[in-house]
Amino acid sequence: MSATTNSSSGRGGVGISATAPPPRRVTTTIRSSNRIFDGVSWVVLVVAAIAWLLPSLWALKTSFTSNGTSAVGAQAILNDWALTFDSYLTLIKGGDLWNWYLASAVTGVLTVVISMFVCSLAAFALSRMNFRGKKWAMGAILVGIMIPSQVLIVPLFAELNQMGMLGTYWAVILPQVPQVIAVFVFKRFFDGLPRDYEEAALIDGASWWRIYTSVILPMARPVIAAMSIVTFVWVWNNLLLPLFVLSNPKLMTIPVGLATVQGSFGQRVSDIQASSILGALPLVVLFLIFQRQVIEGVAGSGIKG
Amino acid sequence: MSAALAAPAPAAAIDPSTKTTPARGARRMTRTAWGFLGPFAVFYVLFLIWPVIYMFISSLFNTTLVHQGLGSFAALANYREMLGKNEFWVSMWNTIYFTLLTVPPLVFIAFVLAVLANRVQRGQWFFRLAFFLPFILPSAAIALIWNYIFTPATGLWPTIQGWFGDTNPQSVLGTPDLAMVGIALTTVWWTIGFNFVLFLAGLQEIPREIYEAAAVDGASAWQQIKSITVPLLGPTTGLVVLLQIIASLKIFDQVYLMTGGGPGISTEVVLQLVTNTAFTDYRVGAASAASVLLFIVILLVTLVREIIERASAKSKREN
Repeated sequence: MSATTNSSSGRGGVGISATAPPPRRVTTTIRSSNRIFDGVSWVVLVVAAIAWLLPSLWALKTSFTSNGTSAVGAQAILNDWALTFDSYLTLIKGGDLWNWYLASAVTGVLTVVISMFVCSLAAFALSRMNFRGKKWAMGAILVGIMIPSQVLIVPLFAELNQMGMLGTYWAVILPQVPQVIAVFVFKRFFDGLPRDYEEAALIDGASWWRIYTSVILPMARPVIAAMSIVTFVWVWNNLLLPLFVLSNPKLMTIPVGLATVQGSFGQRVSDIQASSILGALPLVVLFLIFQRQVIEGVAGSGIKG
Repeated sequence: MSAALAAPAPAAAIDPSTKTTPARGARRMTRTAWGFLGPFAVFYVLFLIWPVIYMFISSLFNTTLVHQGLGSFAALANYREMLGKNEFWVSMWNTIYFTLLTVPPLVFIAFVLAVLANRVQRGQWFFRLAFFLPFILPSAAIALIWNYIFTPATGLWPTIQGWFGDTNPQSVLGTPDLAMVGIALTTVWWTIGFNFVLFLAGLQEIPREIYEAAAVDGASAWQQIKSITVPLLGPTTGLVVLLQIIASLKIFDQVYLMTGGGPGISTEVVLQLVTNTAFTDYRVGAASAASVLLFIVILLVTLVREIIERASAKSKREN
């Protein structure tokens, strides 16, 4: 990232320190007009960033206000700066939230583990091995990218119903395992890895499985980390699938649980905002820790959900 | 940013089958390769390909959730019903209206913010955080936040309108003409980070030297953006537009969570008509027909883009 932040060096930027080298042979008028341009850019960015942070901050502020105040309205919330953790305590003491966390964690982790294994193994074969039907398999992958899986919710439901999986975590996990885009991203990455090691290993009689586990996988750690986190976020945030296949309230994932909050909490606005904050919290923490991987994963896959 | 994921220069492909005795080695490798593809193939066929096939088949039958099996053959009756139904056309128009409302701002604003953020030297991490953070939040959390911002009279939105002198503003989500605009606004806020990140990745592929050369030649910041950034970001913009149109056509969460399709059916979208038909009326066949129609619209978008791309590549070759 940092290597490219100064993509247009040679201009007087607002953020440039006094010791920055002076622009080469750039006329003063252009330099000053660039300085104005960068100043305006900065103002636009800051205003936009504030606008983008405001709704989240508003939810945060509301969640720290008492239910009594927040029910009165926005003006009352702005006038009352007494901090209270009541809403969070209510939610933490109640059992629902923990069930939702558990459901989301179990489905998220299992989906990611199975999916990353299955997808990277397939990508390995497509990248490294020559075999009959390879063109056909690649074609199938490309077709798969174009299938909008959300549109398949009804036939998927009917299928899971026939398999007797409705109302179990498997109904959420298994349909999300085939992440076609992950195969595509893995294959692209594997294609670029050097082949020296595996050739030496093949001459020594190592099996393809061994090459996959001890040569390719260790080198692919960054891309697997990035895709794992992005897939986890997708699975965690998926509303449509768990909404219809998990009818048992005990098995609700976070999004499904949150979808019921508005109806069941009624006028307890602070509790509602606190639950949306708590529902989003694990992902926010994950994002702050793995910011680079999340952004690389998203940019690398270039396709959402 | 995508540098870590982008492949390094591909090594020269060496046919590994030459390592063992030709024919038997090749056969063995084919077996091993399909063994590696097998687990993925099973999931792929079961949960992606078969649902597509089942969707087409059941759209021709009176399939229900009440009885086992496909039910009686209906030929094109489900399609005739959908295409003759006002609710279908309303929800299709709402889906397209939502797409028209969201795609231009989601592409344009993301583009502008990415270009500006890419020029800023300090604090880029902060802008990335601010614009991208909402994208990783669950739609249900987004809906809870915005539903209460839009709450008539007491919410933040009408309160701010009050500060500007509009003391009796219309309810955003409660007014048929405004509800979809409110949902679109929420969606722009929620998902802009995705396009922002794609544009930033595209911007970082543009070699610095080009800007340096332009600066040496005396090009101003605005000229650099106009004649370097915009044209070189063309392919990224094409991709972002395509992905955004497809994502918008699949709208479900926000409508389901914010208005439930209301007031009336003024914000009902196709995917909602599909789920209502299947899970409220138990009519899988009719729901599948509606799914197929949406499926075709989405595939058409991909196809049209493919055609445009081929045509422009061809005209480039001819010039």
